[in-house]
Amino acid sequence: MKKSYKIEVDCANCANLMEQAAKKTPGVKDATVSFMALKMTVDFEDGADPKAVMQDVLKACRKVEPDCEINF
Amino acid sequence: MNKKQKKMLYRILVSAALLVLANVLPLPVWAKTILFAAAYFTVGWDILHKAAMGIKNGRVFDENFLMAVATLGAIALAVADGNGDFNEAVAVMLFYQIGELFQSIAVGKSRRSIAALMDIRPDYANIESNGRLEQVDPDEVAVGSVIVVQPGERVPIDGVVLEGTSSLNTAALTGESAPRDVAPGDEVISGCINLNGVLRIKTEKEFGESTVSKILELVENSSSNKSRSENFISKFARVYTPAVCCSALALALLPPLVRLVMGMPADFGTWAYRALTFLVISCPCALVISIPLSFFAGIGGASREGILIKGSNYLETLSQVKTVVFDKTGTITKGVFEVSGVHHSARSEEEVIEYAAHAECASSHPISQSLRRHYGREPDRSRVQDIEEISGHGVTATVDGVKVAAGNDKLMQKLGVAYIPCHSAGTVIHVALDGDYAGHILISDLEKEDIVDALKALREVGVTRTVMLTGDAESAARQVAERVGIDEYHSELLPGDKVEKVEALLKELSDGKGKLAFVGDGINDAPVLSRADIGIAMGALGSDAAIEAADVVLMDDDPMKIARAIKISRKCLRIVYENISFALLVKFACLLLGALGLAGMWAAIFADVGVMVLAVLNAMRALKA
Repeated sequence: MKKSYKIEVDCANCANLMEQAAKKTPGVKDATVSFMALKMTVDFEDGADPKAVMQDVLKACRKVEPDCEINF
Repeated sequence: MNKKQKKMLYRILVSAALLVLANVLPLPVWAKTILFAAAYFTVGWDILHKAAMGIKNGRVFDENFLMAVATLGAIALAVADGNGDFNEAVAVMLFYQIGELFQSIAVGKSRRSIAALMDIRPDYANIESNGRLEQVDPDEVAVGSVIVVQPGERVPIDGVVLEGTSSLNTAALTGESAPRDVAPGDEVISGCINLNGVLRIKTEKEFGESTVSKILELVENSSSNKSRSENFISKFARVYTPAVCCSALALALLPPLVRLVMGMPADFGTWAYRALTFLVISCPCALVISIPLSFFAGIGGASREGILIKGSNYLETLSQVKTVVFDKTGTITKGVFEVSGVHHSARSEEEVIEYAAHAECASSHPISQSLRRHYGREPDRSRVQDIEEISGHGVTATVDGVKVAAGNDKLMQKLGVAYIPCHSAGTVIHVALDGDYAGHILISDLEKEDIVDALKALREVGVTRTVMLTGDAESAARQVAERVGIDEYHSELLPGDKVEKVEALLKELSDGKGKLAFVGDGINDAPVLSRADIGIAMGALGSDAAIEAADVVLMDDDPMKIARAIKISRKCLRIVYENISFALLVKFACLLLGALGLAGMWAAIFADVGVMVLAVLNAMRALKA
């Protein structure tokens, strides 16, 4: 299942870091961050609860970029 | 400026004011120290916080860490000196934040301008109910609904015009500024702007499947395909920062120790200061920020011209293209075929066309479309049975109980029908009825007007070899190739042969002789598009398979755009290399000067912010293709 979320991030490299962090989060099969569109597209693993996974994704992203936002 | 940036600006202003006060007011040392501390923490607390978080989360070496260590180090040195002059630490932090703010504004601005270019998402669709127009979410419109598009509105969903005539502005999709006229029966694609008349449109797709959604998806996901340069930078940053930190440590410790051993005063303070300067200079911001930004601007600039590039890796490959292979139909020629005659037929011309048009009624190939056009009516599908399309040969079907075979020489050979070859240039469809030869239909395709110029333009941007692939007969292929001035041609190819040909050409290029681009119109050539180093689909509006398979999508079918796309990619890559070499050169020069004690921390921060500003400005040039 694929979903995309609006994000807020200031720099292109921070967006890359967020992408890497999201990819490593359990329940996420793949994730891409478009700095241009300020969007994060997350491909969830089967049976994962998007809401719960996104909480973890946000937590992981906050670690690399404390003032990032993900709207979910 | 957004809220965050404004807040940053206030912090910078307050901190600068405090810094000035600390220097100007005749205060005792302890009061000045308080002012300096206030200035420092006002502007730098988030850097310290991020650095601490970084250490806690195991990501030690980043620019926050560098800045924190450098400024805290400068403070420590000032304390050790005991003169209460903390100007250096505060100023370095201040300039760093000014640089960050500037970059954030510049990036935000460029992102908005690109986003505005791609702002083709329709917000609503008008549905008529009880004689009144109701605005609904385009997502909720079912296929086959009738929507109304008023002048000035964007067509939200692909469909066919039922009523009304108007001109459509397709600039956002194709970069083509001349409006397109539409009348009842014409297909319209979503994303165009209706200029004058009211249109009633019957939708043919869901919103999610419509052109506008496909394009948005493609553009928004383009940055997930990273180029080698970008990967290089992220790998580089990972190695670079730790390396710099170790060098700085060595610079702080080794020279004093050597001096001690040699019996000179150790001079720890001076070397620690030089090491800190070294840290400030080494901040890799200019690279890490400007490279993704350049690609992002390049892709944005290209999409403004109706050239969609699916990722920065493709932008990079595109810039190295030396060989361009064309699939003839729809790229070199218009792909609009016209029946120019029926030869050697015992039956009437109309009858032969009628049978052929019915046999081909299920095919989307341009040839069968032109047959149907010439037939003048919609073929009655209930009269047709057992349609079998034999790829690269033709079609067999049963029409009104008559076994019809329509196709090329190979089909006739396969069916064992004696046929009369045609000597005119064009595509020949032999028709056999119940196994008896019934003559052939000659269909010719016209070359695009600007194809000669387009090939010239390709040569100007450094393409050394152009190749045409076609399923046409040798004589027809040769005539076209000679007329348009293409270097080589390969004729009588089945779709499968095209893949093999492209693979053979790829093999010739394997040892670093540049990359191969394949240009197709997206019909029947998806396998070749994905096999080539870079697949370019042109006139791809409405062809989902092509948008899916291609790496570069040209929104209209103007062949000049191929050279344009290569030119844009070259410019973008040139900017990337300029930024990489410029930033590294300045950095290494400053590192050397810093290590030798010729450049202080002030010079260092100016070099860092200056290089970053120049690199960001340079990156923005890629937007103006």
